[in-house]
Amino acid sequence: MASEKRKVNRRTAIQEVARGVGAVALGGFTLAALVKGASRADARALRPPGALPEDDFLATCVRCGLCVQACPYGTLSLAEWGQEAAVGTPYYTPRQTPCYMCRDVPCARACPTGALDRDIPSITDARMGLAVLVGHEDCLNYKGMNCSICVRVCPIRGKAITLEPGEWKGRKIKIPTVHSEYCTGCGTCEKHCVTGHASIRVLPRDLGKGGAGRNPAGRKG
Amino acid sequence: MIGWLISDNRRLSVAERGLWRSHKFWLLRRISQVSVLGLFVLGPWFGIWIVRGNFGASDIFGLHLADPYVVLQGIAGGAWPAWPALTGALIVAAAYFLLGGRVYCAWVCPVNVVTDTAYWLREKTGLTRDRKLDRRARLMILAATFVASAVTGTVAWEFVNPVSLLQRAFISGIGFGWVIILAVFLVDLFVARRAWCSHLCPVGAFWSIIGRGSVVRVSAKRREACTDCGACFNICPEPHVITPALKGTGTRLILSGDCQNCGGCIDACPVSVFEFSSRLSEGEWVGGASVTGQKRDGVGSSA
Repeated sequence: MASEKRKVNRRTAIQEVARGVGAVALGGFTLAALVKGASRADARALRPPGALPEDDFLATCVRCGLCVQACPYGTLSLAEWGQEAAVGTPYYTPRQTPCYMCRDVPCARACPTGALDRDIPSITDARMGLAVLVGHEDCLNYKGMNCSICVRVCPIRGKAITLEPGEWKGRKIKIPTVHSEYCTGCGTCEKHCVTGHASIRVLPRDLGKGGAGRNPAGRKG
Repeated sequence: MIGWLISDNRRLSVAERGLWRSHKFWLLRRISQVSVLGLFVLGPWFGIWIVRGNFGASDIFGLHLADPYVVLQGIAGGAWPAWPALTGALIVAAAYFLLGGRVYCAWVCPVNVVTDTAYWLREKTGLTRDRKLDRRARLMILAATFVASAVTGTVAWEFVNPVSLLQRAFISGIGFGWVIILAVFLVDLFVARRAWCSHLCPVGAFWSIIGRGSVVRVSAKRREACTDCGACFNICPEPHVITPALKGTGTRLILSGDCQNCGGCIDACPVSVFEFSSRLSEGEWVGGASVTGQKRDGVGSSA
């Protein structure tokens, strides 16, 4: 910041530079800590179809809302302060309005930054999340009834959710079973689940799905 | 009633030149701010889709625009955006480079209305307490936002940016973000004169860097007529930019990138010293004075 008109000796120059660097570091790291804290809350937010992995998404999305305005069903909204996703970023809440899986994916095509894949070939390639039967204690199928509403409303009919025969507490039941290779996470099942709090819910994929391989914890070698 | 509402800084000009000429650019700025935001809300509110998106990025019948500061933070965060955002950011940066970087602040930014109101209220309530802030603080904050973006891999400033919050308040919603806008208002009202826009806001700092070479500039063309009334200094959000042009012996152009081209000085001057002008046109009325030779005056001198 020293202008050539002022007499600056080495000591003041170093002091001024150090002060500037210190201020920038202090501000930068404070903001970084705040951002890190805020983005923890994103773990549950569901992104529009074709979204980059969350880490890349937060650096690429400019919070413009073009995807929100492109959605014909009003599914998406930009997070306001204090809502589920990082402020200004697009997300949806399937229990209110699921993704209706438009064939031409207008939301992703509208994205100017590539935070959503503008060239996504088909909506069935989207992986917004994964439906998980979280409430089997309340699921009517587990109680021996043939509700199966989640299976019947699923837009990827017969593939993403199927009924698998099983036994529960000595009773033959049909278990709604989600297949992650087909489920897009659109949330139509969650929207229509008849229990008061949806028994089948869309979770972000990393929360909703187990992984192959072994847990190294507690094993030797 | 109207008499009471008029800012003290404009009273001399009102007396000399009338209500219109002392509020011309103020009114034009408000019309511009409302119109820009209005274009964005026409779609979501009334279903008239001329402009889609918001200030972050927009789509006007296929022409993509984007906020270069947001895009640059994303790049600092390690993400390379797609072409529409990149070219859109370049178009916007080029436009502000021509018109004056901080034209964004005075003619577009909705927070400007909040801080102008705070400033007007300061004057009306006689609040003069002014905790001196260093106006270079905003450059530090600007640098800090890039550091934070790089460290966290996000567009860091967008997590708190009151400018984005306030424009989204009208286009999509703000939620609890009102408290940040309120905080800006209160800081400007109680803590320091023009605290946010002229000392702290990194968005303004970004545009002031873009605006260092801007073509559209205010000039103190008739500075010999100056009566030392101080109206221009009082109304100006960045008073230090006026000094070299008005009181110096070199160029009459206000060349500092901090100048918002708001036209406040043109409105407030009772003897019409100032007018909008072009960086390139100066030679016509100042014989041979070098423009570039005076460039640093705006940076070094104090307010």
